[in-house]
Amino acid sequence: MRKGQYQFVTGFLLAPMALYLIFVIWPYLQTIGYSFTDWKGQSQTFGFVGLDNYAALLEDNVFLQAIWHNILFLVFIPVITILLALFFAFMLNAGGRGGAGGVTGIQGSGFYKIVYFFPQVLSLAILAVLFGAVYRSDQGGLLNGLLVKAGLVDAGRPVEWLNEPSLVLWCLLAVVVWHGVGFYLVLFSAAMQSIPKEIYEASLLDGAGRAQTFFRVTLPLLWESVQTSWVYLGITAMDLFVLVSTMTSGQFGGGPDHHSEVMATVLMRNFLYFGKSGYACAMGVVMLLLTLILSVVTLRATRRERIEF
Amino acid sequence: MGSTSAHSNEGSTSTDEAPNRGGLGRRDLIKRSAALGLITVPTMSFLSACASGGGGGEGGSQTKGKVSKDNPFGVAEGSKVEVVVFKGGYGDDYAKAWETAFDKKWGTTSSHLGTQEITGKLQPRFNAGNPPDVVDNSGAQQIKLDVLFKSGQLSDLAPVLDAPSLDDPTKKVRDTLIPGTVDQGLQGGKIVSLNYVYTVWGLWYSGKLFKDKGWTPPKTWDEFLAVCKAAKDAGIGGLAHQGKFPYYINVAIMDLIAKLGGLDAMKAIDNLDPKAFVGSDAAKQSVEAIYEVVEKGYLMPGTNGLTHTESQTRWNQYKAAFVTSGSWLENEQLKTTPDDFDMKFLPMPLLPGSALPFEAIRAGAGEPFIVPEKAKNKAAGQEFLRSMLSKEWSTIFAQQANSLTIVKDGVDAGVQLRPGTKAAVDAVKAAGDNTFNYLYPNWYSEMDVEIQNASNELMAKRIQPAEWLKRAQAAVDKAAKDPNSKNNRRD
Repeated sequence: MRKGQYQFVTGFLLAPMALYLIFVIWPYLQTIGYSFTDWKGQSQTFGFVGLDNYAALLEDNVFLQAIWHNILFLVFIPVITILLALFFAFMLNAGGRGGAGGVTGIQGSGFYKIVYFFPQVLSLAILAVLFGAVYRSDQGGLLNGLLVKAGLVDAGRPVEWLNEPSLVLWCLLAVVVWHGVGFYLVLFSAAMQSIPKEIYEASLLDGAGRAQTFFRVTLPLLWESVQTSWVYLGITAMDLFVLVSTMTSGQFGGGPDHHSEVMATVLMRNFLYFGKSGYACAMGVVMLLLTLILSVVTLRATRRERIEF
Repeated sequence: MGSTSAHSNEGSTSTDEAPNRGGLGRRDLIKRSAALGLITVPTMSFLSACASGGGGGEGGSQTKGKVSKDNPFGVAEGSKVEVVVFKGGYGDDYAKAWETAFDKKWGTTSSHLGTQEITGKLQPRFNAGNPPDVVDNSGAQQIKLDVLFKSGQLSDLAPVLDAPSLDDPTKKVRDTLIPGTVDQGLQGGKIVSLNYVYTVWGLWYSGKLFKDKGWTPPKTWDEFLAVCKAAKDAGIGGLAHQGKFPYYINVAIMDLIAKLGGLDAMKAIDNLDPKAFVGSDAAKQSVEAIYEVVEKGYLMPGTNGLTHTESQTRWNQYKAAFVTSGSWLENEQLKTTPDDFDMKFLPMPLLPGSALPFEAIRAGAGEPFIVPEKAKNKAAGQEFLRSMLSKEWSTIFAQQANSLTIVKDGVDAGVQLRPGTKAAVDAVKAAGDNTFNYLYPNWYSEMDVEIQNASNELMAKRIQPAEWLKRAQAAVDKAAKDPNSKNNRRD
């Protein structure tokens, strides 16, 4: 960029920057300030307590457990979602073997593309209601109804999906993945379509099978999309407030007995229900730091040489 | 944050960027700032949720008119009154009718808001120091009273309770109410909330189901278990509870404790006694009794994971003999209750050696109305509360919301009651002075939640009664460590 261009760009950015500063950065700074107080959230009277809130966080088993759950989600949500989305996108765009040497998707790929995107148009609130019905803990639930009909589960002891400490996290994970795959499929599809067909044709001529085409051609050329998706999904995994708080038991979710707790649910409970707002602000700051570290690590760890085409 | 990346020259690209060296490509600039923005936005929303609206603190001048015998608080004519009510099971028509009556009498202009989002709507206003004049602070999103009280946001309601009653000026307002009901509004020794709706808690059953099956309503725990067994043999559940909200099963557990151990056992819990649970025979036997229901498989299948509506609807469909709840149940289930269901109330059955009689019930007031300390028109707020405690307004409530209030004989005899409400009224009469009510859920939110968690585990058979007692006691001990808890005490 030539000299003076920065000023030009800045001129355009002034208004959005001001909004950003007032509505994002300023509340941020306030939160950090409140995290050093014993603020109760319902008035402007509070005392300064220094680092007490942070010290208490280190001994708060519920919060530590919540971090652990977030980390679990952080590992599994991106991996499973991206793998599934990549697989489907590949099959839809380059998995077909019909025609005379042309590179196409499998049969009916246009139809599938639309169907896969359906979950994405549902809002999280609808999703929670929908899967509430799927996981319902008596025979009225979709899963239990099927399992009982199939004779796999005793009608008198249905599986209490969201009330089982060992199942609840996986049930939530399934919802997130189900909801997300469609979006990333479309994202990867778009990226795949920008890959020149000649490359595929060349590899086909060289006798590459589906797997080889995928790992040697598609994946390297999609790397930037995958990287972005990873950050996106990582952020989803750090949040998950809406799903957990609506689907699981407890004030702002997290049940049974804290087994599905994530940082955001612990934060909200302390902030609104227990009136420990200063303490909750400290949790918010920890969440921010973890998310920042995560995104820096992700962007660095996945950095590769870019291939221009 | 987004803009800083535009100036740094670190980046993933080293080749093919020659023409742009010394600056950044347009694509990179946009891409990177977008990426950084994306990272920060979701966390930001959480953090900003924590931030206050800022400022505030100053209450401003309070509107006040001339004080007279008929106008004990000095409501100013032509002033504005702002009323916010929780629009839940009782709707908000009753409040609109009240406001019309109030404006007519005092020449005020009232504004009305009926909402379920009490916290969302009012927390910023409390923080900014301009709360409404009257708030029905109820529902799942109520602002916890202990929290509001500790922040100095609640006004002392003693002036209202000591003012002359509208029905009989020779009496104080507090003497026209059902005894004990105002205590529910105690925080730190002061009455700061007026719990207006009179509620009874216990077990509920269908008169029709019991008649069809030939069961008699049980009076002892053994009889209760026998009915549960008969229900199980008939292919339905014995006890249904609202598992997703362990509040409800705690009603059963805590009622058993109070009835078995008497009022002392109840007060021990409210007063955070070091032997409230561990070392209390009443608590031990009661929890073991509840656990027996679980162990013998008398729970309605799947009930541990159901919400209140799912569970209660199953009960309406004759899938369980009993359900635990308060007397709002009938209003809540109006649409799903069959016409011939014949909803009945049952006091918690007795364990052997109980201190209280079978008729004893948990009864008390719910739906806390408050007058914020920093309300602009506090006088009108106080007068509003005094009017609520008149027979005229109490009857309006009974007609519009189909429930009873804490005003003694507060409903005109002409009002027709539904079967469940009638059963509740009869139960109140039968109980006489034998009513009790816990205060700890209003005093110690955290302890309440921890005991609920333990109950959830107990009902799912993941912990045993001994462990439940330990966890409940730990919650009590933790609450006792808070120096503020010294201010709460009942005798």
